Amino acid sequence: MKYEAVIGLEVHVQLKTASKMFTRVAAGYGEPENTLTDPVVLALPGALPVMNKEAIDKIIKAGLMLGCAIAPVCKWDRKNYFYPDSPKNYQISQYDQPICVAGAVEIELPGAARNLMGEHKRIPLTRIHLEEDVGKLTHGATDSLVDYNRAGTPLMEIVSEPAMHSADEAFAFLTSLRTTMVQGGISACDMEKGQLRCDANISIRPVGETRLGTKVELKNLNSISFVRDGIAVEIRRQTAVLESGGTIVQETRQYDGESGISASMRSKEMAHDYRYFPDPDLMPVKVDEAWKAAIRATIPELHFDRQRRFMEQYQLPYTVTSVLVPDLALSDFFEETAKLCGKAQAAANWIANDLLRELAGAKQELADSKVRPAHVAALVGLVESGVISSTAAKEVFVEIFQTGELPEAVVDRKGLKQSTDTGALEGWVSAAIAANPQAAAGFKAGNEKALNAIKGAVMKASAGKANPKLVDEVLRRQLGP
Amino acid sequence: MSAGLIFKPVAELSALLEEKKISAVELLQTFIARTTAVEGRIRAFNSRDEAGALALAAASDARRAAGQSRGPLDGIPVGFKDVIAVQGQPLTCSSKMLANFISPYDATVTTKLKAAGAIPWGRLNMDEFAMGSSTENSAFGPTANPWDLTRVPGGSSGGSAAAVAAGEAPVSLGSDTGGSIRQPAALCGIVGLKPTYGLVSRYGLAAFASSLDQIGTFAHTVEDAALLLGAIAGHDERDSTSFKADVPDYCAELKQRKGPWRLGVPREFFGAGLDSEVGAAVKKGIEFYRAAGCEIREVSLPLSAEYAIATYYLIATAEASSNLARYDGIRYGHRSAAAVDAIDIYAKSRAEGFGEEVKRRIILGTHVLSSGYYDAYYLRAQKVRTLIRGEFMRVFQECDALLSPTSPTAAFKLRENASDPLAMYLNDIYTIGVNLAGLPGISVPCGFTGSGLPIGLQVIGQPFREAELLAIASAYEQGHDWHTKHPVL
Repeated sequence: MKYEAVIGLEVHVQLKTASKMFTRVAAGYGEPENTLTDPVVLALPGALPVMNKEAIDKIIKAGLMLGCAIAPVCKWDRKNYFYPDSPKNYQISQYDQPICVAGAVEIELPGAARNLMGEHKRIPLTRIHLEEDVGKLTHGATDSLVDYNRAGTPLMEIVSEPAMHSADEAFAFLTSLRTTMVQGGISACDMEKGQLRCDANISIRPVGETRLGTKVELKNLNSISFVRDGIAVEIRRQTAVLESGGTIVQETRQYDGESGISASMRSKEMAHDYRYFPDPDLMPVKVDEAWKAAIRATIPELHFDRQRRFMEQYQLPYTVTSVLVPDLALSDFFEETAKLCGKAQAAANWIANDLLRELAGAKQELADSKVRPAHVAALVGLVESGVISSTAAKEVFVEIFQTGELPEAVVDRKGLKQSTDTGALEGWVSAAIAANPQAAAGFKAGNEKALNAIKGAVMKASAGKANPKLVDEVLRRQLGP
Repeated sequence: MSAGLIFKPVAELSALLEEKKISAVELLQTFIARTTAVEGRIRAFNSRDEAGALALAAASDARRAAGQSRGPLDGIPVGFKDVIAVQGQPLTCSSKMLANFISPYDATVTTKLKAAGAIPWGRLNMDEFAMGSSTENSAFGPTANPWDLTRVPGGSSGGSAAAVAAGEAPVSLGSDTGGSIRQPAALCGIVGLKPTYGLVSRYGLAAFASSLDQIGTFAHTVEDAALLLGAIAGHDERDSTSFKADVPDYCAELKQRKGPWRLGVPREFFGAGLDSEVGAAVKKGIEFYRAAGCEIREVSLPLSAEYAIATYYLIATAEASSNLARYDGIRYGHRSAAAVDAIDIYAKSRAEGFGEEVKRRIILGTHVLSSGYYDAYYLRAQKVRTLIRGEFMRVFQECDALLSPTSPTAAFKLRENASDPLAMYLNDIYTIGVNLAGLPGISVPCGFTGSGLPIGLQVIGQPFREAELLAIASAYEQGHDWHTKHPVL
């Protein structure tokens, strides 16, 4: 029997805000333990939460980017449970009225080859809501320590529909979601810092069956590759169980990315009763059209939309757009360069190849680079107008990357301008023909390739400054009938 | 001279300070001496920091000498119910759970009072976490009623009421969730004001029931209550439920407003359960207003009379069960020495740290919110609450304020109701609807029983119309001398 996997993801994304969700204390990572705290974070007697508007702005932005319906009222509920990482022993969250409903994440599946665009799909979302993060526990041999620095950091919970059917789709979902969140300035999505965390609900069923199978929740998927690998392993595990006549047990499993195996954490969810009720300390927040419009105005073009546009508007190949669009700053850099020089494809090649290579080599960020769009545009112009050869241009690029000089200045300083002095050229050509009689004879006998040897000699004699086009012309004339 | 100071209204004490007839240090020493003399019998305080308060008094004197007085409250000692945070002082909520907790921060009302030059004077006893009507639920023992030491001062702000009534503090702060300011004020023969929900910031008030709690004032006179209210009222960006309302000069307003007013008398608040002496005194109060030219209308609040207590005990306990979850022995507060792991810390610390009434309400509230019961209890109670508020607001279309008894009886004996929680809950029958509807209410002294126990008249006002409410209460006070009577200790 053939089986089909059904996968739903629950993704927690930490919002990038200056302060925590309900107090002015800074949100941060890597600070000394329990320094990002105050009476509100520590839930001292009498402390009260006050909503951070930036967090609502960010989740609305996320919702608008993903095409969600935004609830007219943002309402808060208490989720009651005892755990030492939760200072109040309730979490402020959104229960029955999430701020974002529906929407979708567009994904791209792997193409047939690296240079071919893969299939695109839209994975529907159930909801996105806002809640506060908890602290962090460290367990020792005889005691446990708790750090509340993370407690109260705004956290989005993004829940997908059970609409994915392979590990690749889940991988593509998270990749696209992360790109969207980073480009929207909503989250840094650094998984190592726990800013993006993912749980997966996985079940399998015979192909053609419409009912869902028994689901297993996979936790601890703390890198995007682990998500893909963990899901693939789980699908294989479930398939093997069914094929050997067994049944799937509803359980939560923990995936170990290092060993590539998962282990059962607990069978069936313990029957939690979170006793949700509206938080009486917080007033519902009205989200009107003007607010939404103001946020909508700050939304960047979605990355797949931009990719389609780059391919159409600039006639860029898929592979080059795949390099440019995942990085919003790089995309903007490209567009500005293209605008300045009017040669989009050449600009894209310089950026996608040379600029990225130099940045990687220097371990530099684009924002810190001395190379600006004007540099690349000028360089493209110099090559296109024949002032320098493309060989010389490579050298110029390395120079401007290091010094930030304008290309023209480098060309002048290094004397890289192609020679257009026809008097000198005639002389170099005559000399080269005289020095390569065999090649000259070969060309005259109809061997086009024989010309290259003479051209090489001319270029050498000119110290690279001869314009190859002119060399070709003069050479053909001198060797002509 | 000092013996005459202890019952003087703040308005007069301020004048004496301003005219430099007394110093703030002398004034505080007077209250320290009085407290030392009577506290053994009253037990209004959980703790006092005399040295700290004297230092603040000296600073106040220095300001005044330099011509930099911060106004009428500069140098005035103010007692704090032990549920309102003052930086560096204990915040016990009269619970073993917080017996050793020192607050590292100031409540907003504390910040405001300090800015006005007032001197936080002692931590006042209460029912544990403000749950009770007699102050007997304190982990540190009961407070006595200054008028009869064998009786309760009311509660939950019993210490705040008793301290003012006994002359240990000129004014004090309390909190009122279902009557916890007005009922003890009535039982101790002083003025107790519960403002509109949202007028005074709750930041720094250890929460019992967030949607009902409100900080208010105890004083000898309506004017003093107004003066203190003016200092603590106003929007606070640290409390999302605080209202963006202008704070008028209540003292000036209450003198300007003269009536006559249209006053409603809720028929249901004079039925079974009301002590006849209390009823008679309150009716005399109503007649006073009628004689003064006010229009007295009988009105009906059937839902409030029938369902307020049940509704209250569903909503308040539900919120409390969640609010008190933070007292877990992990970060601060009592941690059981017998605990061996996290779950054990929770179970044992809370079992040892909380008293019986607090546990009863946490259990009730947990049940009320649990899956399968939420709709029947919590959600239904919220709907009834909306109806009760609507009932009050309809009555206010034809009345400026309502008159009623504050409490069905005068002060009862210590332990008289202690074993019967339901009988105890009935103490709040006339006050509780006011909290559910978020209204302001005030209790003013309106006489004594035959055995010399004070009786309170409750005036219920419209939301955020404290100025009107205070003026109505003041009109009664001006026509009587109950507020000049003090217990002999």
